[in-house]
Amino acid sequence: MSDAPETKTMNMIQAINSALDVMMGRDQDIVVLGEDVGYFGGVFKATEGLQAKHGKTRVFDTPITECGIIGVAVGMCTYGLRPVPEIQFADYIYPALDQIVSEAARLRYRSAGEYTAPITVRSPFGGGIFGGQTHSQSPEGIFTHVAGLKTVVPSNPYDAKGLLISAIEDNDPVIFFEPKRIYNGPFDGHYDRPVTPWSKHPTSAVPQGYYKVPLGKAAIVRPGEDVTVLAYGTMVHVAAAVIENQGVDAELIDLRTLVPLDMETIAASVKKTGRCVIVHEATKTSGFGAELSALVQEHCFHHLEAPIQRVTGWDTPYPHSLEWAYYPGPVRLGEALKRVMQD
Amino acid sequence: MSSENGRNLRPLSLHVPEPKFRPGDAVDFNDFDIPPAGAVARPAIDADPSAMAGHAYALVRVLDEEGRAVGPWDPKLSPERLIRMLRHMALTRAYDDRMYRAQRQGKTSFYMKCTGEEATAIGAAHALDRDDMVFPSYRQQGILIARDWPLIDMMNQVYSNKGDRLKGRQMPIMYSAKGASFFSISGNLATQYPQAVGFAMASAAKGDTRIAAAWCGEGSTAEGDFHSACTFASVYRAPVILNVINNQWAISSFSGFAGAEATTFAARAIGYGIAGLRVDGNDTLAVYAATEWAAERARNNYGPTLIEHFTYRAEGHSTSDDPTKYRSAEENVKWPLGDPIARLKQHLIAIGAWDEDRHAAMDKEVAEEVRAAQKESEKLGILHDGLKQPFDSMFEDVFEEMPWHLKEQLAQMTAERKAAGI
Ligand SMILES: Cc1ncc(C[n+]2csc(CCOP(=O)(O)OP(=O)(O)O)c2C)c(N)n1
Repeated sequence: MSDAPETKTMNMIQAINSALDVMMGRDQDIVVLGEDVGYFGGVFKATEGLQAKHGKTRVFDTPITECGIIGVAVGMCTYGLRPVPEIQFADYIYPALDQIVSEAARLRYRSAGEYTAPITVRSPFGGGIFGGQTHSQSPEGIFTHVAGLKTVVPSNPYDAKGLLISAIEDNDPVIFFEPKRIYNGPFDGHYDRPVTPWSKHPTSAVPQGYYKVPLGKAAIVRPGEDVTVLAYGTMVHVAAAVIENQGVDAELIDLRTLVPLDMETIAASVKKTGRCVIVHEATKTSGFGAELSALVQEHCFHHLEAPIQRVTGWDTPYPHSLEWAYYPGPVRLGEALKRVMQD
Repeated sequence: MSSENGRNLRPLSLHVPEPKFRPGDAVDFNDFDIPPAGAVARPAIDADPSAMAGHAYALVRVLDEEGRAVGPWDPKLSPERLIRMLRHMALTRAYDDRMYRAQRQGKTSFYMKCTGEEATAIGAAHALDRDDMVFPSYRQQGILIARDWPLIDMMNQVYSNKGDRLKGRQMPIMYSAKGASFFSISGNLATQYPQAVGFAMASAAKGDTRIAAAWCGEGSTAEGDFHSACTFASVYRAPVILNVINNQWAISSFSGFAGAEATTFAARAIGYGIAGLRVDGNDTLAVYAATEWAAERARNNYGPTLIEHFTYRAEGHSTSDDPTKYRSAEENVKWPLGDPIARLKQHLIAIGAWDEDRHAAMDKEVAEEVRAAQKESEKLGILHDGLKQPFDSMFEDVFEEMPWHLKEQLAQMTAERKAAGI
């Protein structure tokens, strides 16, 4: 076991930082750019120390223009670089939508492979931090709808690093959403209790060097027989806690990659359990849960014993003071589990 | 109204720009002040942008009314080079005419000409190195022609035929030619602007010597990408040339809707601290000289240049457009800066390197070259004579590797077609 990778206890920020550091060391074509990512190391400290180590022409601050950040990143790809731009909050990715949707996502297709955009767009996302309307959103459904994009959401430090390395190495554009509520510790939805730090969680043992968690592969967090719970990001931890408290034998699947989706793992699970609960923070209508629900219905129709349940954010903008009424937390998920088991 | 709310003030009024001439109007460009050729100074390539503000309101012109090259911007090109540029412009025009007709004959769905604007692409392309990366809009086909890209390859794209390297995925004229350092054209206006800046930043970060150039129409300068590109170019002193083709019209909207009533497009550069030049876009030598200046400036790490090419869109916006519905038909013929091909021809004759016979012979030659290429291209098919690409190809290149859901959709399509007996 002498060549076992040396691990270190890391929270999600440190794991992401480590992924960037490892990849920048391996590949001189990787550049990191975004608002406040350089000298300061990012508003969440995800890029701390990278500029000092790798230099100003590889890690640099940008003007505050999201369309510009992604636009220049596409141009950098044309030169042969592999940019890892950061959008400070997922809520601020919209100005860059044209460059992401019309350019990065379609470049390979429209040029029949002459030009490609191996960009990894990192962006903190999700709620639960009293971030109000513009520091809480989960816009993954906008991106999963776009042909040519991959969308990834890690839920723990080990996966965050391994998935980010895979995303950076991937030759297609990847939207990499980092649930900021769990940057420092797994959050189970009990906002009135203190949060346990990552160090108490097995996934905080992160190899210091290079390793990959493959894109397009889900993880079975908890095997079970009675119901399949599909979650990603922070919701994985909320679901795990509810399942434990309620004593239901649920199979909890952390999707990790939304596109391409690991349909095999999902279908095998639902065919076994006959029941499915889908949970995400994003608003309900046309959210990614709708796609999941449709796919489960298409692939597992004859095995379903109850209607598929969706536990999601309400179809409203993300409120500030009413955050915990909005949040798809333990109470709402618990009720959904009861409903699906009663049918 | 003002009295109703008790305030004794003059009512506000909204200014909605209106072009000078509408359909049926007689066109009179007499108050159009044509600045004399040779009158604008040529700054040093390391000039401080703040000292160049005048250039944003002037008009760099080299060719005078008699076709003589005058003043400090005369690039002093060899007759051979001038003849090559003339030929590239003539070839571009002949190509446009053919493809326009092909669309009218129902051989393809769409086409866009660059008639009257040939110099803005060909003059610039000749002043750049062949491996400088260009990020064009849809109206710089002249760059491909100046880089001697095979006409047949361009036509194959226009026809979406078997030879179309883009596999019939893109509308006609949205070329992509990596072999000519020509970026894939997008239908979304101005997106190529920050992309060009990003390429230039990457080249600089790597210590390379390649520079980048982008083109957009004056209408597109109103897009946010124009602003972000100028900001990035300025902040990082990117080795990039940002060309604005002010051809006076954006489909039916005259340049006033992009801000031309208040200022010039070159003047946008001033606020960003970028060197700005405004040139006579129908003067191939002025376009060449301005591009050469900007390229030298970029290559020596003095930063970006914004060039406004003042020209005129002589024909309709596209085959889907009828300009007689919104502008006077006389504008084109009375345009005071003339025609770029006619002006370069006049210059070549003035220096004794050309004559009417040679010009007529060249016109015949380029027409024949285009005709021959068209014949070859049409052997590979035209748009409307059936699908030319294998069905599977539709699902390829969305990603590097086809994911399961696309494989499933491909299988579904195949099964459905089979079941339907096609
Ligand atoms: C983002 C976007 N908005 C609108 C259009 C539709 N459109 C295509 S060309 C055009 C006019 C562009 O005019 P200009 O930039 O002046 O270029 P020109 O056609 O004169 O070369 C418009 C509005 C588009 N293609 N992309």
